Amino acid sequence: MLNILRSRCIAHSNFLAPLQSRWSSSIEHTLQVRKDIESKRELSRQGGGPKRIASQHKKGKLTARERIDLLCDDNSFVEYDAFAEHTCTDFGMDKEKYPGDSVVTGHGLIRGRLAYIFSQDFTVFGGSLSSIHARKICKIMDEAMTVGAPVIGLNDSGGARIQEGVESLAGYADIFLRNVMASGVVPQISLIMGPCAGGAVYSPALTDFTFMVKDSSYLFITGPDVVKSVTNEDVTFEELGGAKTHTTISGVAHKAFENDVEALLQLRDFMGYLPRSNKDPSPIRVPSDPWDREVPGLDTVVPLESTTAYDMLDVINSIVDEREFFEIMPTSAKNIIVGFACMNGRSVGIVANQPKVAAGCLDIDASVKGARFVRFCDAFNIPIITFVDVPGFLPGTAQEYGGIIRHGAKLLYAFAEATVPKITIITRKAYGGAYDVMSSKHLRGDKNYAWPTAEIAVMGAKGAVSILYRGKGNVEQYEQEYIKKFGNPFPAAVKGFVDDIIEPRITRRRICEDLNVLAAKTQKNPWKKHANIPL
Amino acid sequence: MINLKYSVGFQFLFKIHRSFNHSLKNECGRRSLSSFYTTDPIDKAEPTFEKILIANRGEIACRVIRTAKLMGIKTVAVHSTVDSNALHVKMADEAVCIGPAATRESYLNMEKILNVIRQTGSQAVHPGYGFLSENAEFVTILEKEGISFIGPSAHAISGMGDKIESKRVAKEAGVHVIPGFDGVVRDEEHCLEISRNIGYPVMIKASAGGGGKGMRIAWNDNEAREGFRLSKQEAASSFGDDRMLVEKFVDNPRHIEIQILGDKQGNVIYLNERECSIQRRNQKVIEEAPSTFIDPATRIAMGQQAVSLAKKIGYSSAGTVEFLVDSQKNFYFLEMNTRLQVEHPITEMITGIDLVHQMIRIAKGHRLNLKQSDVPLRGWAIECRVYAEDPFKNFGLPSIGRLDQYIEPTFIPNVRCDSGVEEGSEISIYYDPMICKLACHGPTRDDALKTSIEALDSYVIRGVTHNIPLLRDILDESRFVRGDINTKYLPEVYPNGFQGKQLQLLERQHLISIAACMWATNERRLQSFTNESNVNSMLKKNVERWILSVNVGGNKTPCQVELGEDGYYKATIEGKTYRIRNTLSLASPVIKVTVDDETHVVQLISKNSNGDYRIRFKGTPFAVSILTKKTEGYVSHMLEKPKVDVSKAVLSPMPGVIRSVNVKVGDNVSEGQEVLVIEAMKMQNKLTATATGKVKSVNCRPGDTVEEGITLVELE
Repeated sequence: MLNILRSRCIAHSNFLAPLQSRWSSSIEHTLQVRKDIESKRELSRQGGGPKRIASQHKKGKLTARERIDLLCDDNSFVEYDAFAEHTCTDFGMDKEKYPGDSVVTGHGLIRGRLAYIFSQDFTVFGGSLSSIHARKICKIMDEAMTVGAPVIGLNDSGGARIQEGVESLAGYADIFLRNVMASGVVPQISLIMGPCAGGAVYSPALTDFTFMVKDSSYLFITGPDVVKSVTNEDVTFEELGGAKTHTTISGVAHKAFENDVEALLQLRDFMGYLPRSNKDPSPIRVPSDPWDREVPGLDTVVPLESTTAYDMLDVINSIVDEREFFEIMPTSAKNIIVGFACMNGRSVGIVANQPKVAAGCLDIDASVKGARFVRFCDAFNIPIITFVDVPGFLPGTAQEYGGIIRHGAKLLYAFAEATVPKITIITRKAYGGAYDVMSSKHLRGDKNYAWPTAEIAVMGAKGAVSILYRGKGNVEQYEQEYIKKFGNPFPAAVKGFVDDIIEPRITRRRICEDLNVLAAKTQKNPWKKHANIPL
Repeated sequence: MINLKYSVGFQFLFKIHRSFNHSLKNECGRRSLSSFYTTDPIDKAEPTFEKILIANRGEIACRVIRTAKLMGIKTVAVHSTVDSNALHVKMADEAVCIGPAATRESYLNMEKILNVIRQTGSQAVHPGYGFLSENAEFVTILEKEGISFIGPSAHAISGMGDKIESKRVAKEAGVHVIPGFDGVVRDEEHCLEISRNIGYPVMIKASAGGGGKGMRIAWNDNEAREGFRLSKQEAASSFGDDRMLVEKFVDNPRHIEIQILGDKQGNVIYLNERECSIQRRNQKVIEEAPSTFIDPATRIAMGQQAVSLAKKIGYSSAGTVEFLVDSQKNFYFLEMNTRLQVEHPITEMITGIDLVHQMIRIAKGHRLNLKQSDVPLRGWAIECRVYAEDPFKNFGLPSIGRLDQYIEPTFIPNVRCDSGVEEGSEISIYYDPMICKLACHGPTRDDALKTSIEALDSYVIRGVTHNIPLLRDILDESRFVRGDINTKYLPEVYPNGFQGKQLQLLERQHLISIAACMWATNERRLQSFTNESNVNSMLKKNVERWILSVNVGGNKTPCQVELGEDGYYKATIEGKTYRIRNTLSLASPVIKVTVDDETHVVQLISKNSNGDYRIRFKGTPFAVSILTKKTEGYVSHMLEKPKVDVSKAVLSPMPGVIRSVNVKVGDNVSEGQEVLVIEAMKMQNKLTATATGKVKSVNCRPGDTVEEGITLVELE
């Protein structure tokens, strides 16, 4: 505003003409400025222009503004810095300017709740990051922090604005710093909807959740060409950094969606599970699934044969509200399940061993996947419900050389550190150190239950007997003895390590009741600058 | 008043298994049983067995246990390892595991079952149907050991079980029989010769067969050759007896059967007829009693012939004489089933007689208390067989899975559910895919039909594909409603296979308005947070009007939904407005919704953030895509993702075991040529090449167990 006034003053001093003409020119000028504002705004809306928009559409991608329009409630988006322009003068860049530059920023409502959004515009300089582009992003991040609302990034950028040189790099670092500062303060979500390469990848990597769009998004440090020249590997974009790679092999991304529309619609629903900031409670929706609903099918879900697998998702789906479970990382480290659901309307985080995959054991990937999720929930006041059926940590050189000790410790650390309500249900096996890790009573679990099928022991019968009765015959008899003694929930219940042995069918009811009680839970960790999780 | 008591009886008796722990021993349950089985109710003073063993599984085992309990008899269940958690095991007083899943090693294993009988001191055995129920050898051994068989004598079983022998006896008893060849068919050539002599069409069937297994109809030489081969294989694997016979195939026939009861003193009565014409692949789908087609005179004639046959062979216990009835009401003896039939509940409903009670009495040696004139015929009963199968494929290919959600509609008066499953049960490839027999009764056929429809709509089965869409569609199909049916009803009414409910314009608009209101309800709920002070209330516009595009079956229809202050949604479609009350509970497994004045019972099977709703409406699950106008505009930019080309591959249509592979890599096959046979639930299904070409790969071997949707054979 001040700027405009100043420029008008200058304009006045330039036209010291007769009164009449002064008047008319002043009006003319005011009208012209209005016109300019309108046309600039219109230009800004056009992004890279119709041709580039058409080419974006041809790739099955929406434009930056269309994405925001779909993500936000109708007419709720308020844009910032639509007139911002880059300041680069090299390489003829001063002749090519687009109001707003290559990113659209602002705030909007998602189902009536405030969120800050930046959406990179691939139609303007390929969405490349200029210093003004970075400053626009930083501005909304700063405001999100002060207001306490999530930041959603819709990434579609070719990388740094090379013409700007080190300024562009500085821009990235400015964003990284804010990502780190905002971490644990407001939820940060990245949705990769196009390329995201080089240093740029570290912003999504620092955020809480990274989602990708199948076939049109890529994340990598260096592209296939550089890979070829450095390591002589032949690899496609898709293989190197596509959605499949990152959701199944690397675990960098948390979920992949079919296309832009699906991704944005899902993201709208996903945001409903998250509080606005670390100062807000876990959101509660008006529930419609009865909280005391019994689930008779759970009584038989665990097979009688304790070596037979079953699908832990059957357990989760039937317990949560309306069978709606938003699974995070459904395709990587499948031996552990994590995700969000509602219990009697309240948003909760669910962590569960998956006996169907690798017997539900904990390995490096599963530990890291679980730990990160638990820490997110704890940071944002989301209660954690843990379903345990774990035979132990995966043995072997691959795991030991890979550092299962350090990575396994992350999950242990995360559960121990968490002060949110923690409810644990042991459905079957809880063996060894893995029992301790999985939100046990000893790690400040608030409510720990065992189903009648629970077996809480140091290890399985076979292993235990081979140590206890080394070299002795009659192994089978000893095994039977061991099973009789430990193949049930009593030893743990006797010691108070589980609070109760419950019929599976009433699990939902118990969890809902407990969440209600635990809503008032306050627990604090000792003051520290920050903790030192074994990274 | 009678009806009221009656319905209470049904609920007590057949809801029992939901809380059987409490109510089975409950005197109240017993009283209500007697109020349902009003004809010759249980006489507690009459001596009976102390303990019986039920040599069966699933619903029929549960059915027998229920009556046994009410008679004060202790029950012993046998089960395979996979059935350890099964309902019949939980209901019985004792249960013994007799082996692995394969029936040969468990339910068909006489030695193991005999051991359990001895070990548990059971005095009698009820065989249910299938398995050992018509095994004369088993009965002979029991007779020798002094154990009562709750069924007919070995003599009667072998006499009637053998189709050739039974026809001979029937002729002697003065029963009308179908022209055919009285003897065993030697081989394919012999089969052709006989078929030509009788004249096509002919029916080729296993001598030991039943239930549609090992049975084929042939209209020409080629089909006769193929039918002989396949039926023989099936007979060998199902019955261990591959003797085949051939007879004239009666065109346009109805399948009507007479239920009889005979005691050991030679008294026999008939309990009216059941019409079982709605069949697919010779297996019954819907049965009713009485038949719309049978007049009192015909009923008496058929009943008397059935009684005469039973007397001829000295039949005791419950049995069924099956007839084919042509359009002139001529009836021909088909076969006699010497067991309790699957569809016996509808006879119980119209006569008030507990057939299992009578079987046990008769086995104990008691005389029938009932004379023919005591047998009533009251009201109408319809039974729908609810199967775990996909009705969209060949009127039903078996499916498997876990019953994630399962709620029987027994809360509706006059509805009886005979099932052996509960929520959480697993439908496996090892046994019959029947989930439940849904039997509904009413004073008239119309009432029974109405109740059946409501019951099917309210029946919740999730996790397993089931045939309710087909059953539901038949029940209000005009030919069925008129009673104009025969055994070829399905292929005649659905010449292109069953493709789901074909919606009329108004039905379609009702579905669209229901779907749109569900969407709006969900949308409103998703923004109703109770613990957030809404700082944005100023910004937030409470949108209570949505412009939607609803896609059902590929047709997009614009629909505007508005929530009025009167608590009603108004859905406007193509200029017409429908009113729906804003009380939809999306979490309910069954949703009753009234559109204007018409009430629908629908089920929201699933929904997702993308607006993909799956709604069961009039029995059929419809995929409904609901998008806002805004979203729809953006969807148009999305690219179609290439679909995997499956036209050159033969996929397994169901889980099962590969019986034979008839091609090898490099073979040239023509479209429609049989490439392999897959067996599931004991049915042999031949899979044919989907195109003409060279075989590129064969991914299975005989004996392999395969899942649904696996590529078995690939063509180049």
